[in-house]
Amino acid sequence: MALLKVDDLKIHFPIRGGILNRKIDEVRAVDGVSFEVKEGQTYGLVGESGSGKTTTGKAVMGLNSITDGDIYFEDTHLNAKKGKKVDVRKDVQMIFQDPYSSLNPRKRVIDIVAEPFRNYEKMSKSEEKEKVKDLLERVGISKDSLFKYPHEFSGGQRQRIGVARAIALNPKLIIADEPVSALDVSVQAQVLNFLQDIQKDLNLTLLFIAHDLGVIKHMCDRIGIMYQGRLVEEGQKEDIFNNPQHIYTKRLVAAIPDVDPRRREEHQRFRAQVKEEYQQSFYDYFDENGMAYDLRNISDTHKVALPERG
Amino acid sequence: MSKTLLEIKNLTTSFRIGEEYYAAVDDVSLNLQENEVLAIVGESGSGKSATAFSLMGLHNRAKIEGEILFKGRDIANLPTSKMNKIRGNEISMIFQDPLTALNPLMEIGKQIGEVLLLHKKDMSKQERRDYSIELLERVGLPRPERVVDQFPHELSGGMRQRVIIAIAIANKPELLIADEPTTALDVTIQAQILDLMRELKDDLNSGVILITHDLGVVAEMADRVAVMYAGQIVEIADVESLFVNPQHPYTRSLLSSVPATDFAQDRLHVIQGIVPSLKNLPREGCRFKERIPWIEDTAHEEDPQLHEISENHYVRCTCYQHFYFPEESKEEQTNGVTES
Repeated sequence: MALLKVDDLKIHFPIRGGILNRKIDEVRAVDGVSFEVKEGQTYGLVGESGSGKTTTGKAVMGLNSITDGDIYFEDTHLNAKKGKKVDVRKDVQMIFQDPYSSLNPRKRVIDIVAEPFRNYEKMSKSEEKEKVKDLLERVGISKDSLFKYPHEFSGGQRQRIGVARAIALNPKLIIADEPVSALDVSVQAQVLNFLQDIQKDLNLTLLFIAHDLGVIKHMCDRIGIMYQGRLVEEGQKEDIFNNPQHIYTKRLVAAIPDVDPRRREEHQRFRAQVKEEYQQSFYDYFDENGMAYDLRNISDTHKVALPERG
Repeated sequence: MSKTLLEIKNLTTSFRIGEEYYAAVDDVSLNLQENEVLAIVGESGSGKSATAFSLMGLHNRAKIEGEILFKGRDIANLPTSKMNKIRGNEISMIFQDPLTALNPLMEIGKQIGEVLLLHKKDMSKQERRDYSIELLERVGLPRPERVVDQFPHELSGGMRQRVIIAIAIANKPELLIADEPTTALDVTIQAQILDLMRELKDDLNSGVILITHDLGVVAEMADRVAVMYAGQIVEIADVESLFVNPQHPYTRSLLSSVPATDFAQDRLHVIQGIVPSLKNLPREGCRFKERIPWIEDTAHEEDPQLHEISENHYVRCTCYQHFYFPEESKEEQTNGVTES
């Protein structure tokens, strides 16, 4: 059963101009994206900046208005046109990219972490304090930190406070938008390990948005590659890394730096080869409007945006 | 045999906090040949950028001791007027964040023109413009004659970084210092920028000091690597030895905390604790000691020195001989199992 189902999602932003500030054009940030995330799975959404991956994540959170398409969370239609807005924010939480700007510098840790349940649950002061202590312990931050301010913590610790806030209401789905790209490698390792741990402990589903394929490979079960607002390839981790089909995916995989200097020349040759292929056949992978084709199954788990015939 | 371009001898850069000076770069000695890429690696706070800024003379109130011999001439503590003749001319720098390094109110052409104006006084306005276009073309920007009149906000991140590189190579520098040149960029753009830097380096026959924390970039670009921790060099070796046969506990920890490119590994290694701040830095004994507390005290040297363990491979402190990861058993380690 899919926990999250995104069906033909479109998010267009109007460009306004002219005297009357009318809509003169639009940016198709997300243009027909469909995918499913199963319970307990880690789904990775990859793409360059501007590919629409963050916009998609935000739409699931309800932070962007949706132009067209549907999002279902546990069979609840999140963007039903008429009627009241469904609030699933209790079950869907977000971890942000930059731990330096996503925590309010003027709030104490207890206020930051307690904010979600101050909104949704009635608790006495002492209950609240106990709960925050529990959460901090879970993310490995000492209990005496309750009344400290964000600037007293290192980057990795801050990101863990962000995680404590995200898991405060026992959510089912966490959207992690580039959670480690602002961190040093050693701290990155810490946060990644830790995300895996809490995922196991709390049976969380993760939607992991990143541009670093090394991190994605380490974390995700299933991966979707986005390019200019559309998915160009989707599949299990092994499908994407061992058998990339779309030219863009190939390019992305070839661009990952190889950590073995002995294979440097080989890797450079491979990259040059992919580059040549990219230049020659780039347009074969997109239709006359420059849009990626619809995804088609090439195996049970692997979908690629290839033209109708071959 | 290529010529030695840069020789740093016992460089110590100290900053004043309150009444006292604290060394952020502590007794660093390095050298760089022509057409060589030397990478300096470390976490934030390890002193790698402070080293680069010392070379460029960009620290305003720091105390700089030791010698920085650039083509045999000591450029440490040169007065600003003399340093200005070298900066942007013989030595230039590529900065990390292309958005903040460019002036948002100035056309690209003018920003490139600025370095030419300073160092090539005989060029006319038209010549400067033509040369700017040539440079933009050289760094692979499409339609350079248009870009030259554009403002930074009209360009994408990758294009801006190319502009930064164009400015850096405008006067064909002999030494290029690149401080995290691709950290702010996407992987595909990163690959292009690295290719470009490699090409330019070969063209100009210049030496490159590459400062980064991305070990993938190091593996791809560097000829030699210096690993810095808490202001000191803890290991220095050619790139193959360093990646295949890393010795210092810090190097080994760093390498095993990167998600590998194969599927096998489940857990990443986490280095305990954090990089000590400048003020709390242990000045005596092995500086990495606190972060590997499972290693006995006797394994460390009292006053750790760099030891040459094989040709051109130096490691600081004796603790590398006794180091093992807490995950693996001690016996395994003493049997001489090294991880790749």
